[in-house]
Amino acid sequence: MLHWLVEPGLWSNSAVHLGAAVGVVVAAVSAWVGLFTVLRAQSFAGHALADVAMAGGAGAGLLAWPALVGFVTGSLAGAGAMELIGVERLRQRDVATGVVLGAATGLSALFLYLVSLDSSSSGATQVILFGSLFSVSAHVLWLVLVACALLAVGVAAIGRPLLFSSVSPEAAGARGVRVARVSLSFTAVMAVTVGLSAIVLGAVLSTALLIGPPAAALRLGRGLRATGLAAAAFGTGAVLAGVVASYDSYYWWPSHRALPVSFCVVTVIVLELAAVSAVRALARRRGDG
Amino acid sequence: MFASFMTNAWLVGTVVALLAGATGFFVVMRGSSFAAHAVPNGAFAGAAGATLVGVAPLIGLVSFSVLAALGIGASRRHRSDVATAMALVGMLALGAAFLSLSAAYEPQVEALLFGEILGVSSSQLAPVLAIAAACFVALAVMYRPLLLQAAAPDLAAARGLNATTLEMGFMLTLALGASLTVPVVGALLSFSLTVGPPAAARLLTRRPATALALSMGLSLATLWVALAAAYQSDLPVGFFVGTLSALLYVVVRLATRRRGAGA
Repeated sequence: MLHWLVEPGLWSNSAVHLGAAVGVVVAAVSAWVGLFTVLRAQSFAGHALADVAMAGGAGAGLLAWPALVGFVTGSLAGAGAMELIGVERLRQRDVATGVVLGAATGLSALFLYLVSLDSSSSGATQVILFGSLFSVSAHVLWLVLVACALLAVGVAAIGRPLLFSSVSPEAAGARGVRVARVSLSFTAVMAVTVGLSAIVLGAVLSTALLIGPPAAALRLGRGLRATGLAAAAFGTGAVLAGVVASYDSYYWWPSHRALPVSFCVVTVIVLELAAVSAVRALARRRGDG
Repeated sequence: MFASFMTNAWLVGTVVALLAGATGFFVVMRGSSFAAHAVPNGAFAGAAGATLVGVAPLIGLVSFSVLAALGIGASRRHRSDVATAMALVGMLALGAAFLSLSAAYEPQVEALLFGEILGVSSSQLAPVLAIAAACFVALAVMYRPLLLQAAAPDLAAARGLNATTLEMGFMLTLALGASLTVPVVGALLSFSLTVGPPAAARLLTRRPATALALSMGLSLATLWVALAAAYQSDLPVGFFVGTLSALLYVVVRLATRRRGAGA
């Protein structure tokens, strides 16, 4: 049975192992953080951070720094800029996010152009934008593990006030929760998370790991803990299934052009969300009848 | 700077900037920046798909961006930000897969995402002008309903305005506009023109008609300056479009705040 699903060599390929390990850890953390992003309806901000991470990654490429450092510093800087422009009025959040996003893509255009002038760095644009999970190096795994541990501590530290102020900012404020400070800390947590997912799916696609799995888990309509676990399961499952599909796809066509890992992972996430929505719609119809 | 190979760039750039300024006015007013950012990525996937299959890029551009717009518009009723995010990454991933299957060169990826205004050929002029004209007509027809709906949704509903139809109409216009701007300024940057100058214009005046005109003017100025700067410096147009749009908004924000504090 497994033989049909998995093409030869998958189990012995160390690049695939490493990529899958990084992907699974990041997907689990991203799903947890994304749960709050979806609850707070901040998908746009999450995506804007990804686009700023792209500028950071491209800038790192220019300076010959590791991409991960560029992604994380980039999105942290973007989070700061968004807070600076848009913090005053909620109504301006949409525009502030958009302006930072637009500036970031402009910078990315410049950096990627300058990187592409250097002929030795061919393929850099694809790697920064769409990722290449199978080419992460071993020390990235350790960096990712440390960063994920820090994120877990961070989320645990602001967990209760964060949940309270995400569900009902007014009530949380009345109960003495410092909503603005919690919001700022969460933006920082989200920025680091987006920077990490950028290593897995590439900067512009990292939004998929942040939004898709939690959105699917929330549609199951369970308690918080179950939803968190389901989100992590959806995320890690999508990464693993995507890795296998991408590896297999090399053998699907005579041309031997494999599908990109990030495309496979995003497709699985979209399918998960569609499946959960369909099941819920069916259940609701049965409930009516 | 006005050499013959630049003529098309100036012409198409002008049309694109005017259209982005006009659509952007409504985008900022309705707070639908995220949708405006997502739709052009459908155009990116479409252009990449057309390259893979070998049909005219315009067919791919229009069909995929319309698909993305309809998908986002249909789910507008519940949790639109999640649906928009998923449509966005879905389209980007699809575009990336198309490009890697067709073994496209890196410059092509960059051209589709960040634009290649100097690559506009004379044969592209007629379709671009036709689509732009259609978008302007659509926006003119929807001008009053869109304003009313943004200002007083309840009143609009009482007047019998169908919110879903209006939403779909606006999203379709956005999609058509995107299929026009993407080949010129790229999927990622067509958004910059749609949000920076209109947001600045809105800070400068409260009258809708003045803001609309100002938005188109600022957008045009941004693109013209960006084109000239790119020509002089040999750096990508997208860099100037993106940073100038943002800079414009920040400068206007600072200036109007000082004036507001003084008054």
